[in-house]
Parts: sequence; structure tokens; C-alpha cells
Amino acid sequence: MVRVVQFLFVTKTIWAVVLALLVGSILMLSAGANPLYAYASLFGGAFFDYYGFGATLVKFSPILLAGLAVAIPLRGGLFNVGAEGQIYMGALFCAVAALYLPEFYWPLHLLVCALAGALGGAFWAAIAGYLKAYRGINEVIVTLLLNYVGINIVSYAAGGPMMEEGAPYPYSPEIPSSLFLPHIMLPTDAHAGALVGVLLAVILAFVLKYTTFGFALTTVGSNPQAAKYAGIHVQRQMVVTMALGGALAGLGGAFEILGVKYRLFHMFSPGYGFDGIVVAFMAGANPILVPIAALFFSGLRSGAQFMQRASGVDSTVIDAIQGLVVIFVAASLAIRFGESRWGKLLAQRRALDDQLTPVEKKNA
Amino acid sequence: MDHIVIDRITKSFGAFRALDDVSIRIAKGAIHAILGENGAGKTTLMNILYGLYKPDEGQILLNGRPLRMSSPADAISHGIGMIHQHFMLVNSLTVTENVVLGLEGGLRGVDFAAHEKRIRELAKSVGFDIEPAAEVWTLPMGMRQRVEILKALYRKADVLILDEPTSVLAPSEIGSFLESLKTLRAKNHTILFITHKLEEVMHVADRVTVMRHGRVTDEVDAAETTPRELAQRMVGRDVIMNLKRVKSAPGEVILKAEKLVATDDRGVRALDALSFELRAGEVFGITGVDGNGQRELSEVIAGLRPLDSGQIMASGHDIGPLDVKRRKDEAGIGFVPEDRQHTGLVLDYPVATNFILRDYDRQPASRHGLLDFKYMARNAADLVKRYDVRLRSPQQPVRFLSGGNQQKVILAREIEAKPKILVIMQACKGLDVGAIEFVQNTIFELKASGVGVLYISTELEHVLDIADRIGVMYRGRITGTLLPHEATSERLGELMAGVASEVV
Repeated sequence: MVRVVQFLFVTKTIWAVVLALLVGSILMLSAGANPLYAYASLFGGAFFDYYGFGATLVKFSPILLAGLAVAIPLRGGLFNVGAEGQIYMGALFCAVAALYLPEFYWPLHLLVCALAGALGGAFWAAIAGYLKAYRGINEVIVTLLLNYVGINIVSYAAGGPMMEEGAPYPYSPEIPSSLFLPHIMLPTDAHAGALVGVLLAVILAFVLKYTTFGFALTTVGSNPQAAKYAGIHVQRQMVVTMALGGALAGLGGAFEILGVKYRLFHMFSPGYGFDGIVVAFMAGANPILVPIAALFFSGLRSGAQFMQRASGVDSTVIDAIQGLVVIFVAASLAIRFGESRWGKLLAQRRALDDQLTPVEKKNA
Repeated sequence: MDHIVIDRITKSFGAFRALDDVSIRIAKGAIHAILGENGAGKTTLMNILYGLYKPDEGQILLNGRPLRMSSPADAISHGIGMIHQHFMLVNSLTVTENVVLGLEGGLRGVDFAAHEKRIRELAKSVGFDIEPAAEVWTLPMGMRQRVEILKALYRKADVLILDEPTSVLAPSEIGSFLESLKTLRAKNHTILFITHKLEEVMHVADRVTVMRHGRVTDEVDAAETTPRELAQRMVGRDVIMNLKRVKSAPGEVILKAEKLVATDDRGVRALDALSFELRAGEVFGITGVDGNGQRELSEVIAGLRPLDSGQIMASGHDIGPLDVKRRKDEAGIGFVPEDRQHTGLVLDYPVATNFILRDYDRQPASRHGLLDFKYMARNAADLVKRYDVRLRSPQQPVRFLSGGNQQKVILAREIEAKPKILVIMQACKGLDVGAIEFVQNTIFELKASGVGVLYISTELEHVLDIADRIGVMYRGRITGTLLPHEATSERLGELMAGVASEVV
């Protein structure tokens, strides 16, 4: 019995998503469509159609990196809701490196552009980390507000000093074609950023579990007082943790420039940074699960047009379903084993253990 | 006439007897203090009075009639109000709104103006200088406490239970708070005042009940007693020399504290020019009533709390500039913190990981930044066996271990680091007899091997059992240092109550 409950508990996020889709089917019914057919075209288009899957991967790259950007600070006890702003700052730094550095050996230049993006995001997130660690200012508020500062700085840059002459719309000149990220599913726009993101997710999972750096990061998240006692510089670690998260989002922004847009556009992200928050929570802040959650979410976004074409359900219904997923996942995270119920079970087991141990000792 | 009679109440939690046959008579219109160390059963008793717990045996009589209560709502309807240690106020609401909050009224509108007028009158009648329209967050702590009291009075409480009311107040607020209790007494309210601070009891209480280990050890009129006598009652027993004590010849001074000054979390001075010396192969016990700076002292030595002034010398070197890690590694200071669940351990980490908590970033626990899980498993298996930690698996989160076994995990870790100086705070709190014996024997072994042990505890009997010298702390100073045979409960009582130590 305990095992069944435990299984349901561990997989609660999946049940939440299923429930959200079920409720979403009511919306589809009310729009006069067959939900089964609509979902089939949605997921079929997003995952089993060559072009569709390519479009999914295009969205997968920034959502995955934003998800990691939220998940890593979450493990360190910090809530980064600023991935959106960090994406923008990453894109800005990357675009500057791509447009204004003299061209040199392209793989190196590409690497420099990507790192510039990571640096931009890291810088943006580190502001919030610093204010939290040394001034006690709530990082949720700071990262949230820095989103808008970041978005507007990019709007200013793309519409002002960096704007291409005679452009009808705020965007910068195109970056040198030598810096375009390799495509992985021609002729679609899917680029190597998706692969880099998955690789980073695996590396981060390893880092958190097996390295002393990861140990310090998660210890600060689990118990800052004990972390201090363990000799970890808690405040410095908080800044580093935030910066690492921001670097991931910034890299996501850089990949948008290098892999998809090739220019710095104003308002280029449709809220990938906010999707990252949901994705990180769906994955339980576990980096290895973030790609799965991100794939689901990007599929939902890219499959919407397929669904609209096939079943006539307006693609705005998908916006509603995304909202439902957010609500249900959030609600499922609020489900905890009540202290009393869970505590009782544990107390029983503990009492049993204390009874058993001496006997086992005698037998041994 | 007795307003409340607590009649032979017994309450157990599992095998632990929190209250054992407790009887107290509380007179109408009096301030009755319940004095006792932490864990003496004071709070359990108050929770029974407030309807939060049901007694196993015994009853409570209110105005001579037996009282049946199943919830705090019943308590309030019988005129019993409780002021908790942590305030139950909504900081963004006004005083009036807080007071009215939760009053019954169904769906009818609330006439705030009328309430505000009545609250203003009530505050005036009991001498509280409170503006009902003020928002609670603008008020200092002392005022918020009065809002809590107003809440109870507004619900027609004539019995007020105050649980450690002065622990949240700044020292400057305490005097006026105690005066306000006297005003309430003048209005014929009965006040039950739970505390472990002797001077407050002497200042306001009419009658004092002293509790220890769930029993009433004494009940006296405040006018007929002295702080010294009360401290002695709290401490409880005369000294029995412990025969287990291992004799050792203390070596040279390895830890020297000079004029330490530090503040607590609220910014109040907790250590006031405190000095002492600890020798190698010696157990120096520090005791005193809880909250006299013991915790701050342990943290200052371990490097978890900054010193405002003063100097700590370990083996002749000033350790002031060293951080936590270097104090452990270079100065050889081991630390068993008071709060094992929040400081000493990461509860969600496996036992094996907690064993390397303070060595995670160096060999053999890790190499080139990578944790060595094989070493951790070997190390855990070894320590679990040698320190007799009872668990199912070293991979089990330490959260699921009993208190005694959690303490063994910390002790094992700190002792295996081969400290020269070991600071142990409240080592035996909440442990059963077997675990206590284990801790004591471990300390004797350390002492025999030349480690200097600073044993800080409010549990006097444990300190007397193992310490070679006993320092008593009062208000951030050591008021006197005694040898075990000098440590009569009378002497200890004097020192703990802050009575000057010139008389012998």
C-alpha cells in the first residue's frame, strides 16, 4: 500500500499533466472538435512529423536552457524567475560579440559568441544573487523586475545604436554567416543548440551529484545553516549558483541569435524564460528530467498549428491548455504527505527498527 | 479563593512523561509564575490549560467546577486566553482588525468604528498606550505583545497564560511589560506566567511554582523566597559525586578566551567580556540558565558567529581571522552544535554523506573536485559499527534516525577529525539513558587522550557528572568557576541567579 501511494506521489507531475489534458479536451469539445483527433494531430505533428519535429526542436533549445536556468538555482535554494531577462541579456552580449568583434577563426569566434551570451545571462542573474546574499533582498522580486529591464535594454539596442539602417522594424544587421550554428535536421531550422542543451543537462546532473561544487550548491539549498557549519561560504555560493543559472539562460538567448534569428530582434522571445519555470518544476528541479519536460512543452507550442489545421480548433486553445498544465502542475506540487500521516508511518517504522536492531545484532 | 486548580495532572508522550502528577493552585487576581528549565513540562502544562492537549489523568477546576475542554475555542469561552511566544498577528492589518479577526459574526458586516472605540477604551482601562488604528508592522515587539493581550482581553479572558513572554522583547521593553502585568493584576485578572528567568519572577510574581522533569518541586510565595533558593529548586538535587569520572592531569592551556563580546541574533549583547581557559586533557563544563549566552559562546569559538571584541587563542595562536573550516582544520576545533537538526546535520542527506559534511572538499572524501562515494560508503560502514549507530542503511536519510543516533553521527564525525579542542553544546538533550552514557564515556576517552573538552549544557547533572571544573554563566559572563566538590546546589544556585560570587 505504501509503495502504491509512493509511486503515485513520485509520478504526481505526470498525473497533473494528464489531468490538464483531460480538462483541455472539454475546451475542445466546447469548440466543436473531437479531442482525441485534436490531440493526435497536436502530438503527431509535434513529434512524428519531420518538419513538425524540427519546429519543436527550435523551441526546445531555449525552453530547455531556461528550464535548467531555473532548476539549478532551485536546487541551491534560490528561485530564479528571471530567465526571460537573462535570455535577452545573453542575446545582447552574443550579438555584440558577433557583430563588433573582428572576424577570426570561426569555431573560436562562435565559441566566444556563445560564451559572451552565457556571460551576459550570468551577469544579469548575479545581480539578483548578490542582492539576495549580501543585502537580503528577495531574489524573486529582483529577477522578476530585471526581466523587464533586460527586455527593454534589448529593445533600445535593437531600435537604437545597433539598428540596421533603413530597417522597417527594430532589428540589428545580420551576423556573419560563418557564425551560424550548424543545422541538425535540414531543411528545418533545428540547430545544434538543442544538442548542446541536452549535453549540458547531463553534465549538470553529474555535477550536482558527484562533484564537491554540486555538493556545496545543494547543501546551501537544503540547509544553509549546516552549510555554513560545513565550511561553505554560503553567500558566495548563492551568487555563483545564480550566475550559473543565468549563464544557462544567457546561452539559450545566444543560441536564438546564432541558430535561428541571425539578428538581434526586439521582443524576440515569446516567453521562453517563463516556460522554463514550469519546465523546471515539472522536472522537480532534476536536470536530467528537464529535457523531457522541455520537449513536452515545446511540442505543445509547435504542435498547435498542426492541430488548428487538422481539427479546426483555434490555436489559442493551446494557450489555455498550457495554462491548465501550469495550474495542475503547480497544484500537484502542493500535494505533500501531511506531516501527521507521513510522520506516523515513519514513526512506526522507526519504532519497529529500534526494536529490531538489538535482536538482529544478537543473531549476527 | 482559588481561580484555577490543576489537580493531579499526568501527561505522557509515548514513553516520555512530560507531566507527572502535577497539582497547582492558582489564586484569583494573582500573578502566578511557573518556573523551570527547558523541558521541565511548563509548556505542556499550559497547552493542557489552553485545550490543545488532553491530560491522561487528572482534571482542571475553574472556579471550583471541573473544566472539560477539547479545543482552544473552549478555553476562550471559559475566559482563558493564551499569549504564545510567537505572536499570532497579521502584520499588515491594524490593531483593531487583528483584535476583531476571528470573532464570531457570521456574514454580518463588521462595525469597525464601534470595535475601535471599545478597543481604545479597553486599552486605556488597562493602561496600554496603543493606537487601535496603527498597523501592526509599525509597532515595536513590546507593543505587539500588548496587542496579543488585548486580543485575549477583548474576548473577555480573565485568565491570561503567557508563554515565555519576555524572550522576544528587547531588554529595554521588559520593565514596562512587567509593569503592565501589574496593572492587569490590579484589574483582577489572573495571570499565569511561564518563564525560566528568575529576576522577572522576583519582580512581579505573587506565587511561584517550580517545575523540574515534569514534576512540581516547590510552590512558594515570591515574597518568602530568594532567587538563590529558586535556582536551587530548579537545579533540584544535591551533588552526588560521580564515580565514573576519570582522573587526568590537565596539560597546558590550549584554548584561552579573553574578554569576548558578541551579540545574539536580535542584536542584543549576549557575551559580555567573558574569559576562561581550557587545558588539554580537561573537561570544562559551562552551565547556567538557558539563554545566558551559552549558544553564542559555542558559535563564537566555532567561527559561526563574529566576535565584536575580545580574543580567542587556540594553542597560543589567535584564531580570530580564521573561518569555520580553518578553525576546524588548522586550530583543531571540533564542534557539536546545540541544534543538531538544523546546524549539525543536513537531514535529507544520507548518513554516509553527513559523515563527510565538514570534509567534503578534501581527501579522502573527494579528489580533484569529485566526491568519492566508495570511500564514503566504507567510512560510513566503519563509523556506524564503531559508534553503534542504529540504522537500516548508511544510505538512509539522517532525518529518519532517532535523536540519539543523530547525535552519534555528529559525535563520530567530529571525533574522527581528531580535534585538539572539542566544543560540545547540549550533548545529551533529549537522549535516552543509554545514549547519554555513550556520550559521557566518549568524552572521558577524549579527555584521557589529551583533548580539551568544553562541555556547555543547561543540564546540570550531566555537567556535574563529567566536568573537571564548572563555570556558571549569567548574562554573558562567567560568574564563578567551581570544582565539582564545591558545586553544591546552593553555590550553583547563587551563581546562576547572578548573585555576586565573593562569599564562599
